[in-house]
Amino acid sequence: MRLAAPAKPSPLRAEQIILFRVGGQLFAISSASVQEVRSADSLSGASVEINAPGMEKVRHVVRRGDKSLFIVDGTTHFGISAPMGALVFVLRKTRTALLIDGIEKMTSMTRLQALPQCFCHEERRWYRGLTALDQTVVPVVHPEGFLSPEELALLDAALPPMELPEAETTEGAEFAQ
Amino acid sequence: MTVSAELELESFVLLRLGERRFAVAASQIAELVAPSRVFRFPHRTSKIEGVILRRGRIVPVCDVAETLIGKKLTSRRFYLIAVRHFGPQTEWVALPVTGDCELIHAEMIAPGESDAAQVAGWLSHAGDVMEVLNLDALTPGPEDLLAEAAAAAAADATLEAQP
Repeated sequence: MRLAAPAKPSPLRAEQIILFRVGGQLFAISSASVQEVRSADSLSGASVEINAPGMEKVRHVVRRGDKSLFIVDGTTHFGISAPMGALVFVLRKTRTALLIDGIEKMTSMTRLQALPQCFCHEERRWYRGLTALDQTVVPVVHPEGFLSPEELALLDAALPPMELPEAETTEGAEFAQ
Repeated sequence: MTVSAELELESFVLLRLGERRFAVAASQIAELVAPSRVFRFPHRTSKIEGVILRRGRIVPVCDVAETLIGKKLTSRRFYLIAVRHFGPQTEWVALPVTGDCELIHAEMIAPGESDAAQVAGWLSHAGDVMEVLNLDALTPGPEDLLAEAAAAAAADATLEAQP
């Protein structure tokens, strides 16, 4: 009798992530979701102020052609009291640029655990899940979770009239997908 | 005690929160563990403190003391890892407790109509009468959001009805 060959365990799929800090708190984001990393200073010349009611987390917008990129202050978004960040992640396929403290490192995760269902408020929109790295638990953020469609509509309604901003400086790094 | 009476006894784990003791059906308890590092990250679910890592699982820590005894725990001796149902699914939740836990066999008395949703029943043990906790009602979950939405809708309706 021939025994069936044991099934080979499928290799764990790893996802490249960037560990970053907002207000001292560690978060992770898929590196595929980050289109650019820029210094906040390099964007400030190109940004204009915006004041949408109830949207304290967005104070500036950058116009790129016909697209508006809303700069979300990570500390206000997550409710952390800390000074504003010095770096900006421009998030791919979104209209969000996220203000962060800095990048901790790039690494990979092999397991993403769904957020336990006891977490039942806004955090369900913020996070894709949690991952354990080096005996530490890190929330993995959802790139689309920083601005909901309703918030985007509020921001669009509050957009200042189009001006010709100063040219953006090219300081920063493009992230290859 | 007759055989039929013995058959009605159920197993419960008694836990201590401050000066008070509560019971949870033993079938809902996965294990009792020493306190370990709580990982905290921003969220908006007030009863959840953070998460712990246990056997490769990420388990939310839910301090139920404020609801049950009116104040948060200042010290904790163990985490009682309990099973919480979310419809057909189950997940672990860690409940901080302040004292030793005890396994007993007792007969549960059904809750009264005026009892809060978190009361699954009552039992009497060693001169104490204590609540048997309904963890599905006591710990947060999606149904909390529905209840909050319903309460908000009711408040809106009341405001609209006012002249």
